[in-house]
Amino acid sequence: MIRKTRPHITQNEPLLFEISSPGKKGYQLPELDVPAVNASDALGAANVRDGIEGFPEVSEVEAIRHFTRLSTWNYAIDLGLYPLGSCTMKYNPRVNELVARLDGLAWAHPYQPEELSQGAMEIMARLESALEEITGMDAVTLQPAAGAHGELTGILLIRAALEAGGNPRKKILVPDSAHGTNPATVTMAGYVVENIQSNDRGMVDLETLERVVDADVAALMLTNPNTLGVFEAHIVEAADILHAKGALLYMDGANMNALMGIARPGDFGVDVMHLNLHKTFSTPHGGGGPGAGPVAVKKHLEPFLPTPRLKRAANRWAFDYDRPRSLGRVRAFHGNFGVLVRALAYILACGGEGLKAVTMDAVLNATYLRKLLEPYFDLPKSAPSMHEVVFGDDRQAKLGARNVDIAKRLIDYGFHPYTVSFPMIVHGAMMIEPTETESKRELDLFADAMISIAREIETDPKQVASAPHLTRTSRVDEVTAARKPVVRWRPGATPAD
Amino acid sequence: MYPDNFRYTKEHEWVMVDGDTGTIGITDHAQSELGDIVYIDMPKAGTIVEKGKTLGSVESVKAVSDVYAPVSGEVIEVNQKLAGGPELLNQDPHGAAWLVKIRLSTPDEVGQLLTAGEYQEYLGAQD
Amino acid sequence: MRYLPKSESERRQMLDTCGAASLEDLFSHLPPEVRLGRPLNLEAGKSEYEVVDYFRARAAENANGYASFLGAGVYSHYRPVLCDVVVSRGVFLTSYTPDQPEISQGTLSTIFEFQSMLAQLTGMEVANASMYDGSTAVPEAAMMAARITGRSRILASRALHPEYRQVLETYAKYQGLPVAEFGYRTETGALDLVDLDARLDEQTAAVIVQSPNFFGVIEDVKQAAEMAHQRGALLVFIFSEAVSLGLLRPPVEADIVAGELQSFAIPPSFGGPFAGVIATKEKYIRQIPGRLVGESKDSRGNRAYCLTLATREQHIRREKATSNICTNQALIALMATVFMTVYGKQGLRELAEQNLAKAHYLAGKLPLKFSGPFFNEFVVKAGARPPEAVNRALLEKKIVGGLPLGRFYPELEDCVLLCATEMSRREQMDLVAEAFAG
Repeated sequence: MIRKTRPHITQNEPLLFEISSPGKKGYQLPELDVPAVNASDALGAANVRDGIEGFPEVSEVEAIRHFTRLSTWNYAIDLGLYPLGSCTMKYNPRVNELVARLDGLAWAHPYQPEELSQGAMEIMARLESALEEITGMDAVTLQPAAGAHGELTGILLIRAALEAGGNPRKKILVPDSAHGTNPATVTMAGYVVENIQSNDRGMVDLETLERVVDADVAALMLTNPNTLGVFEAHIVEAADILHAKGALLYMDGANMNALMGIARPGDFGVDVMHLNLHKTFSTPHGGGGPGAGPVAVKKHLEPFLPTPRLKRAANRWAFDYDRPRSLGRVRAFHGNFGVLVRALAYILACGGEGLKAVTMDAVLNATYLRKLLEPYFDLPKSAPSMHEVVFGDDRQAKLGARNVDIAKRLIDYGFHPYTVSFPMIVHGAMMIEPTETESKRELDLFADAMISIAREIETDPKQVASAPHLTRTSRVDEVTAARKPVVRWRPGATPAD
Repeated sequence: MYPDNFRYTKEHEWVMVDGDTGTIGITDHAQSELGDIVYIDMPKAGTIVEKGKTLGSVESVKAVSDVYAPVSGEVIEVNQKLAGGPELLNQDPHGAAWLVKIRLSTPDEVGQLLTAGEYQEYLGAQD
Repeated sequence: MRYLPKSESERRQMLDTCGAASLEDLFSHLPPEVRLGRPLNLEAGKSEYEVVDYFRARAAENANGYASFLGAGVYSHYRPVLCDVVVSRGVFLTSYTPDQPEISQGTLSTIFEFQSMLAQLTGMEVANASMYDGSTAVPEAAMMAARITGRSRILASRALHPEYRQVLETYAKYQGLPVAEFGYRTETGALDLVDLDARLDEQTAAVIVQSPNFFGVIEDVKQAAEMAHQRGALLVFIFSEAVSLGLLRPPVEADIVAGELQSFAIPPSFGGPFAGVIATKEKYIRQIPGRLVGESKDSRGNRAYCLTLATREQHIRREKATSNICTNQALIALMATVFMTVYGKQGLRELAEQNLAKAHYLAGKLPLKFSGPFFNEFVVKAGARPPEAVNRALLEKKIVGGLPLGRFYPELEDCVLLCATEMSRREQMDLVAEAFAG
């Protein structure tokens, strides 16, 4: 039975271009206090454009209705559980939004004098040191703009360090359970990917590792807890095997939400890792960005971190650009500062104890859902769960509904689906990460929904296989979208229905 | 289902040899595993390909599958019909939706490929 | 902890269900040697009031109440109220990447509008759903050009933003894409076509030109494109001041356009988060990095949007992906979309014209280094006093002056890059002129 939702009216809304009419305005500029300049005279007629063809012209009230109506077609954390595995969709505290918009921070220009940037630099320094303490690493760069960007920075660091030692080596080992960014990153950093199989518990197998690590291996790229939500029990031994052969251990910190105050990568052999501030540290995903992907390293990699670095001199913060061994810059300016502000606000609000409580509740929530759902869904890998749990769809698939169908049916029940078909080492994977910011009531509603869908599949699998039924948009024809891509509006295009 | 005059690979390509020309495609099994095919990427005529190396790729909405050259040689023709209608590959993988024609450089290679019977046996063992 | 929505009794019930005696019990399977045997050495959690207070104090330590004439890739433009109103809606703010189109049509529709407007603005046929920022869009565009041409050499203008060049250098170094630079003309500040022509060869994949360039000078893109095309290379056009596109002829001769949208209502925020974009010709659409939204229909026949051409991306193609990028900058791109909507076709032009007028007013009072046409930025010779001294004098008048260029261009160590926008007031500009007069 569907307990969380009831249908209601939603507004239709055409595209901006379809509500546009020449001469409508949503702006008014102040009167010029200097003489107007004729563009053709100043720039040369050839440099001046005609009007921007097709650009919209709408009034302010139409603009706000337009975006407000569109917004009601979205699901969001603010509406409920968003259990995307490995995405850590936790509540985004609103005070973070407020502080990031304070004039002195939001209007700070990256090239304004350092003496007028001390507040911003202090925020960066404090965040760096908090992240060092949480991860047990020695130094942090805040420059990378996102998780994947942090990965690239981390692998380039490894490359720079090994190169300084005379041999960058050739390969990076990536477990078969890894996120797709890992192999893509390796290629961008000029390395070759060697995939290694995980064992039947979903972990890196030490014997395999011992066999494949040779003088060509630069590093192992590992997610811990891994994408099954399982802690790599032999992480210390794995690090030893790598280090003994001159290779490094890179940790994808996507799942740091399971470790805060419990275990620190710096204490279990990790040389370099990235963090996703938009996951563990609560900065909003915003429909897909912005994020931030700081990289934390052990001391031996510090000289290679991107330029500039913060340094303390004469009781003031300064940027140090004189870093001869640095790998260079990975982004202009100082990274996604606005995201850094939000993350620090979160860390300050939680404090050390609070961060540990976050992790404990995150693991409690995942374990709780696992217990409630285990009788109804296959659990192919049975090691204890940390912050997420991965079920397989074999039992339901035999009856005619796959993981993707259950996901779509969950939408009718008022929930965003889990991560579908990842990791690939579980057949028909349903990867569920509730995060700590879900109440028992919301978790119970979700478990009820999953169980109810499992029962529907036993009696009427077609109902599930054709879901969702209650949304304003039903299943979208993604095949036609890919075969004949239409990625922009054009004058005379088909109007809305 | 699988024509007797074709030879097959375990990577699910087929080749039909006529003189020194081999017509190459992917099998019905391959297209059905991929689902709705949305894009096909093949090399230009004149490209030299080597047996077992990547020839091109076939894409569905959420998967990419490399197509490996079952035989070595020079690409002499690319099937233009597929450019505008990749769905043809779902409809007629063993006929109208051939991918490329190759002038064989090492005709002996064909003998190493699976016969229709061997390929079907291989598919059976996979289930 | 106020972000944890559970009572102790609820926690107890849940632990019972899990068969665990305590929260600690849930971690008993971890090897003891990895456990942190002490509390994290961080301060105790703060109340909301204390958090706000902390950041207010930090904000007060930064420049406050100063007029600024800094540009150089980050511009002070007025931010219409609507932009924050829209991006603060929880349903935009707290949603994920729109992988489930049935419940993501809001985000998908706005991205489709973003892509459409960026294509219109740049004169390209298609644009992606955004990139991290302008600086990282540059190497992504260069890599795209290398894939398309099958060549590897990258030629970048020295008048391309210096930090963009540094980022390009970092990315390119390990991908076997050697980067070389071509110069600018010391009289005009525009790219040196003779030098470009001399450096172009049959291995060149891309010629990268920014306009207005780092000095604010408008480049002859058409000629640069012709030169590149003659040698089989692509022309990659970079912009860092998006407002200029309201007035300047779009770079229709370019093959790839990559740029920074900070000017479109994105707060300077000490350098980020911003949003970049890559636009190109339709024929190169499968080589574009990052997300793309496409139009389709749902099973009831209604118009609907979804992410498309995903096979280019890392989660499917893994080590063969066009890039490792997995997100776009959706919320920031949404700010830009609202900005473009508020100003619209006429407003963006009027805004650009005001920038032109202000910059030309200020420039008219100062000794310019270059003679090339400029939009809202220009290079000034500092004269008797070094640039730093001029800036110090301005700070006393609560004005942040321009960027001294010696840091990036040793040959321009006596020069300053100044920017005036619609927010620059006449009396402040007069003060700037006075300070340079010394």
